[in-house]
This record gives sequence, structure tokens and C-alpha cells, in this order.
Amino acid sequence: MRIFLIAFILLFSACQSETNKQIEVFSWWTSGSEAAALESVINAYQSRYPDVEVINASIAGGGGSAARPVLQTRLIGGNPPDTWQTHHGAELMGQYINPGFTSSLKDLYESEGWYDLFSPSLIDMISKDGHPHLVVLNLHRSNTLWFNKHVLSEHQISIGESLSIEELFQIAEQLENAEVTPMCMGDSGIWATGIMFENTLLGTIGADRYKGLWNGTTTFNDPDVMEAIRVYSQLLDYLNDDHAALSWDQGADKLVQGKCTFYSMGDWAYGEFIRDGFKENIDFGWVAHPGTDGIHLMVTDGFTLAHNAPHRQETMDMLQIMGEREVQEDFNLLKGSICARNDCDRSRFGPYLQWAIDQYEYGVSVPTVIHGSAAPADFQQALNDALTDFVVRRDKDVFAETLVREARASGFGP
Amino acid sequence: MKIQRLCLWLILWVALIVYLMPIYVMIVNGFREASSVSLDTMWQLPNPISFQGFTEAWKMLSPNMQNSLVMVIPSALLSSVIGALNGYVFSKWRFRGSELLFALLLFGFFIPYQAILLPLVRFLQWINLYGTLAGLILTHVVYGISVTTLIFRNFYVNIPSSIVEAASVDGAGMIETFYRVMLPLSLPAFAVALIFQFTNIWNDFLFGITVVPNPQFQPVTIALNNLSGSFSVDWNIVMAGAILAALPTALVYIGLGKLFVRGLVSGAVKA
Amino acid sequence: MIKQHWLVQHKGALILLPSLILTTIFIYGFIGSSFFFSLTNWRTLAIDLSLRDPLWQTYADMFTMPRFQADLRNTFVFTLLFIGLATGIGLGLAILLDRQISQKGWFRNTFLFPYALSFIVTGVVWRWIFNPETGINLFFNFLGINRALEAAGMDPLSPGWTTDPTIVFSVNQLLYHLWPDGRVLQIEWGIPVALIPIAIAATWQLSGFVMAMYLGGLGGISSQIRDAAQIDGAGEIRLYSSVIIPMLNPITISTIIILLHVSLKIFDLVFAMSGVGPGFATDVPAIFVFEMMFKAARYNLGSAASIVMLVASSVVIVPYLIHTFKTRES
Repeated sequence: MRIFLIAFILLFSACQSETNKQIEVFSWWTSGSEAAALESVINAYQSRYPDVEVINASIAGGGGSAARPVLQTRLIGGNPPDTWQTHHGAELMGQYINPGFTSSLKDLYESEGWYDLFSPSLIDMISKDGHPHLVVLNLHRSNTLWFNKHVLSEHQISIGESLSIEELFQIAEQLENAEVTPMCMGDSGIWATGIMFENTLLGTIGADRYKGLWNGTTTFNDPDVMEAIRVYSQLLDYLNDDHAALSWDQGADKLVQGKCTFYSMGDWAYGEFIRDGFKENIDFGWVAHPGTDGIHLMVTDGFTLAHNAPHRQETMDMLQIMGEREVQEDFNLLKGSICARNDCDRSRFGPYLQWAIDQYEYGVSVPTVIHGSAAPADFQQALNDALTDFVVRRDKDVFAETLVREARASGFGP
Repeated sequence: MKIQRLCLWLILWVALIVYLMPIYVMIVNGFREASSVSLDTMWQLPNPISFQGFTEAWKMLSPNMQNSLVMVIPSALLSSVIGALNGYVFSKWRFRGSELLFALLLFGFFIPYQAILLPLVRFLQWINLYGTLAGLILTHVVYGISVTTLIFRNFYVNIPSSIVEAASVDGAGMIETFYRVMLPLSLPAFAVALIFQFTNIWNDFLFGITVVPNPQFQPVTIALNNLSGSFSVDWNIVMAGAILAALPTALVYIGLGKLFVRGLVSGAVKA
Repeated sequence: MIKQHWLVQHKGALILLPSLILTTIFIYGFIGSSFFFSLTNWRTLAIDLSLRDPLWQTYADMFTMPRFQADLRNTFVFTLLFIGLATGIGLGLAILLDRQISQKGWFRNTFLFPYALSFIVTGVVWRWIFNPETGINLFFNFLGINRALEAAGMDPLSPGWTTDPTIVFSVNQLLYHLWPDGRVLQIEWGIPVALIPIAIAATWQLSGFVMAMYLGGLGGISSQIRDAAQIDGAGEIRLYSSVIIPMLNPITISTIIILLHVSLKIFDLVFAMSGVGPGFATDVPAIFVFEMMFKAARYNLGSAASIVMLVASSVVIVPYLIHTFKTRES
């Protein structure tokens, strides 16, 4: 027994870590282009502060599935990283600002003049009582309808600047008759079909009433919402049969291989197409998801400042760098998304991203529920569960009633 | 007898092929180029063969391999030795209430780890072991004790008590009897307990990531998990990484396999 | 049994003492706090330890959730399928390898190797293998099975595996009959077809370990016993069925308890292979706990589910312990 004790003490003393100048950045960007993009920010920081050690504590897993338990345990346990990644809106507000885990960044926004450089509606969604708590690095668009141009031209179908839902169903019918799968899906993670539902909902009821869902002025059993559920159900009939066995990116691969035609998916799919050697405007095209032209369903990534951050000054420096124009440009070129700042050099971006910038700048932005911005986490989970049930049973009334009940339980529904 | 022998071989070879099928999928896809990994070609041999998956995975995994070794060896050994002693007491030196204690110990084996992360972190912070490999080792030892105790207890039940009695008649104490008589007989049980503990601890993700937040000290599973990103995944690297990460465990199996020897009980008593 | 001196008795307890102290803190202390959380209002990241009114409301909510009902069904079905398959195959392999054959070590290590692999990655591989379009179904064509079936006028074999939401052998009508208030059941009780591939994958991964358990047990059986039985003229099948397998009972119990711990807590494999599955056909309590605690931040609900998981394990452990008490007295 004594030997073990000694071994323990030795190990214990060997593993005590020293505290130098460091900063811990917590994210779920661990591989490929995401990791490279994060690395570009860290490099920008280290070129200016070479004596600070940056601990890149990233944990992979879709949307932070593995990162969350760790982050939450550490926050509740009183051991926060200096700064961590989060989406804007409800997730930031409910999980981090309200419990008091983050600090105000108002001074930074004022001294850097960021109130003029980020859109007011974005700043509004990261602020509590006029105090911003997040530096937003990038914006993804969740409501894009991608398509394989070769498949469409084989069937003499051309698509203009936008597409209505009736036109989509017409084309789908034509493709189905020619034994081509009209819609792509890879929803072994249920969120992917959630994206299609969310896009359909937005396209059917419009931006204003969509926003109303999250403050209780629109209800989930409203006739228009019921219509959206019907349209979504109809779209489900056109999916590839093996969708439940595929991850979202395998769904995108199916589009690349021409085994299915349309994919209603966020623009992280853009990076996946490019990676597969698929060329924009030649091999694949895109329109806004039917009914959502001029609306930007926004998925963001940003970084916080921990309340009582162990290395406050270093973190402030890091966040200041994250908000710089060139840093944001370099980051987003690697990540395949657009800047959160509105003064980035658009000529550095390709055709799709330029289109996305236009949609964002000249349209309205709405929050995503699937990625946690529109509603609290408990509702987000309840929606996923309701969808899991709906895609099999297709019971519209049960689906709508569940959402009404859960919105109320979550505290925003009437 | 010949037909029986033939059947034996046939069954073993069919089983072997079935067991190797998923591993085949992992290997051929590990040797592919990132862009050519696709469901349609999942069964085909890679063409051209690419080592990018393995080199990339090795680059990312190797720094953490050492942490894993430093953690897994003491954890697996300690919990097995404690389990052997406990199992010895529970099977050969029962006392009033020992069954109840065994039950309490065993019940803990079923605790869902997600549910105890929070108190665990708080407790480790309190005893100043949070964020250290020592804290992680302690955690693995504690949560391993119940299963190792179970394995040894049920293994020792089969060993006749007369052996223990004979030793104590010879005047050997309780610990001495364990050391001189039981331990040499326990090799197969040690093989099982060590295989179980080594694998579980080596492949543990949840404790590693929660107890040790600093990536410099984290075990290899976290690096393995981080081979895939939040959105898109290079499957060749992930498959290659999974094989690389499993190799140390496989080596342990090969080493421990020699311990599965048939016991010669009578010989052991005289020793 | 040895006549026990009080000092010896004392010594035995002393050996157990460190384990008992650690268990008290790390297991019972932590279970206690989990149980307490399950009774509170804590359903955001902000800690709220006020007790819920009524106290057991979280449990009541949980048991009426269709998802949780599906989880209970799935655990039950999966446990039976998986433990049956893994124990049977593991024992079979151990018996086959428990004899003088060449390359024995090689076979043993190959069967054991899957156990060394990380569940997350094997889950992905099995998801590919059970993909209805590109996976194992191709072999049904390749091996000519489908051509034979079609020739016989039957439908070709192309199971949907994890994508199939069907529940077979539904017992709902029976349950309603036995228990007229059974309408609170919101799901179909039966065998979800999608669980079968998961049970196969888990068996692949764990049966090698079961084999190792039995090889360990067989190693503990002295050659004398075998020789004695053979002198008595028992054939090989008799030797195993009436002498050796009964002797392995304690090992079988260890095995079942270990497999039970795997099947009750299974998470990574299912998470990577099929997630919650179509209509929760492959959802399991551990995924429920994980999602409720860390995605929905409903700490009370997640804790309540984990307490139920723990209680479920006693269904097997308590009878086992009663059994050991009885054998001790006899």
C-alpha cells in the first residue's frame, strides 16, 4: 500500500502545472479548415504577444456535442477557460450571460469603434442591457438550397435567381418521374432535417412571423405554421431512402455524385463541395431556400470573456484581435463563411460568399433555433425530439401541440 | 475425429473473416486519399494508396500517447491489485456483513458517469487534484475497483478453500497466503482484469476530457476525437487514427494472452 | 469455511477499508447529489437548487415522455439481445480455442482486437456497413442470395437496418388487456428492428472480451478435473455441458454483470452509429441523460434519468446477491 501512496505523491507533484502568462481559448474547431482558421487567429495574436502561451483547448464534436459537457462542468465548477466559443442569441444569453459566466465587453466595443462596424441587429442579439458580451468572428447562412447543375441540365431544367416552393415541387415531381432522387438529406444527426424544417418554416410564414415565434406573438399551432409543417412533410417524401443512415456531409457527397439533386442546408456545405473538387456555378448552384430570398438565417460563432477570467488582459487583447478586419477576412476565407464586420473586402471572396454577403447586407437577419440562437436550449432539444417523432409518424397535430407546450414550458410561448 | 477437426477449423475461419470485416473497412479507408473516401467505394482497395491519413493521425496522436501510457499503467495495475485483494477477502475471508459490502461495491459499477461529472470535478478541486494526471488516475482506480473485485471474487470462488486452509495450517498469515498461494493461481484472472481495465481506461473519453482540461496533459482519446471536426470530417485520418490508437491495447492483449494458462492446482499448493 | 479469529476478521475488513472509503465518496456521495439534483428546479445553466413542487414532478414528467418510454423499451430489448448474443458467441469461441490447436494465440488476439478500438470510430464503421444502399446489403446481391429469392418468387432481401422504424412483436394490445389504464403508454412496445444491427455491432466488439473471461475461467479449472471426467468416460460434449460449464457459473455471472453495465450505459457506439434513430428506435437512456443535461441544460431531468438507470441495474443485481446469500448458507 505504501508504495502506491508514494507513487501517487510523486505523480501528483510531477503533474502540478505552473502558471506563466497564458490564455486558454476553448472551441470545437479541431480539424481541417476550421482548425486552420482558428490557427490563423492564434498566429495573429502570437505575432503581437510572443511571450504569451496560447492554450488551444478545442474539443471536436458536431456543434460542440463533446465540448459542452466539459465547458458546462467547468463553468459550474468555477473553473472557466478565459474565452470560449458560442453561438449568439438565446444560447449566449440563457447559458452564459444570465447565469453570470461572462463579462461585458462594452469598453472594447467603444474603444474599437465596433458599434459602427457590426450591424446593430447583430449587436442587439449579443447584448444584455446595452452591454455586448461576445465578439462575433463569422456568419454562416443556414437557409441555402444547393443543387447539382449537371443533374438539372440533363433533364432540361434551369433555375433562375430564386425558386418558389411550387416550382420546387414541380421540378421534384419531374425528377421523381425520371427516377432521380429530388432532395438530399443526411440526418443521422437529427439537426440536419431540422435545418430543412426551419428553412421551410421561415419560407412559409415569413421573417416577421418567424421572429414572432420566439417572443410568443406567433404560436406553433397557427394555421400558417400548420401549412409550413405540411410543406415540410411533403418535402420529406422526396428524400433519398438512406438519409437516416448518412451524416449531413455524406448527404452533400450524394449531391456531388449526382445521386440526388437539391439540398437545403447551411453554407458549411459550400466548404464540403469545394473540398470534393466541385466548382461553384459550374458543378453546383444555389438559391435561397424557397420563400427566404432576402432573409439571412444566421448561424454565428463568437468568443466571450469569462467573468473572473484567469488572464483578463490577455483575453481582452485576443478579443480585440478577433474583431480586426484583416483577421476576420483571413479567418473567414479559410472557414468558408462571411465576416461579422461589415467593412471586409468583398473582392477577396468567391461568387457564393459574395452572394451571401449581399443577402446579409441588404436583407433581414433572423436567428436560428437549430443552432441555439432563437430559443433556449431546452426548447431546442424539445424541437429535435419532436422532429425525430414527426419524420416517422407524420402526425402534424401532435407535432404542433408538442411545440406549443414546450414553448410554454421553456418560458417564451403563450 | 477428422470431420470434427475440419468443422472446428471451418467455424474458426468463418468467425475470423466476420470479425475482420469492419477492421478491413477501417484499414482500406485509412489508406485512401481524403477526397476519395466515399460510401460507394468503402469496400474497394485504395487506389492510389495514400499514407496521408496515417502520417497526419500519427502527428496529432503521438504527443498524447505518452500521457495515456503514464495514466493507464498505474491505473490498471492499482485497480487490479486492489480488486484481487478485495476479491480474496470477499471469497475466502468472509465475515458478517461482507456480502452487503460486496453488494454496495458492485452497485456502484452501474453509475452513469455523465451524472456524476459535476460533483467529481468539485471534489477533485477540493482535494487539489483537478487538472492533473494524478486526479485522473485516482478517478480511474476508484471506478475500476468494483469490476475488478467482481472478477477476482468470482474467479477465486472456484479455487478450493482447502488450499487456503492448508496454507494457514502451515502458519502463513492472511496476506502471506494471498501472496504465496493465491497470486500464482490468479494469472488468468489478472489477464482478464488487466485487459478490461487497460482497455476501458485507454478508451475513456469523458473523464479524460473533464478532469484534465489542458490539452498538453490529455490522454490520446481526446486527440483521437479531435481528428474529426465539428462539420466536415476527413474519414481517412479518423480511421487511421483509430487503428493507431488501438495498437498499444492490442500489444497488451498479446502480452497478457500468455497468462491464460490452465491452472495446475496441486502443484501450486506445494509451492 | 475457516474458523475466524477476531483479529483475522479485522484484517479482512482492513484490506477492504480503502475501497470502501473511496466508494462511499465517489459513488454514494455523488449518487446522493445526483438524486438531490433530480428533485430540484435546476433546468438552465444557472444553478437552482430549490426543490420542485410537487417534489417528484420531474420523475412524473419523465415517465410520460414518449422518448423516455422508448428508451426504457430499447434498453430492455437491447440488453436481452446483446447479452444473449455476446455470452453465447463468447463462450463458443472460448470452448473452440480451449484446446491444442496451432495459431491459437493468433485467433484469440483477432477476436479480442475489436475490443481495443474506440467505440466512436467503430460506430461510424458499422453505420457504413449497415447503410442500406452501399453496405452489407450488397453482399446479398453479390452472393446470389437475392437472385435465388427472386427466382423463388420472393422479394429480394434489402433490410433498412438502422433506418427502419418498424417495431415487431408489438405487445400493446396485450398490455391494454392486462392493464386497462395502460393508455399512458405512448409508444409501441415490441422489438425495434433498428436495434438489431446495434446489438450485432456491440456483440462484435464485446464478444472477444467475453471469450477472454471464459478463457480465464477455463484456465482456472485444473487439468485434473478434466482428466477425471474423461476417465469416467464422458465425451467432449458431456464434459462441457455437465462438468465445465456449470463450474464456470461464477464467471458467467461476472460476464453478465459486466455486459449489463455495458448495455445499460451504452452511449458512444449508438451515438456514432445511429444517434437516437428513426422515431427514437435506437435511443438509449445514456443519450437521453447526455442530451438533457448538456444540450438542454435540464440538470434535474438528466439526473432523474440517471437515477432510473441505476435503479434498473438492481433488477439483476439484487437476485444475484440473494442467490449468493443462499449458497453461502447451504
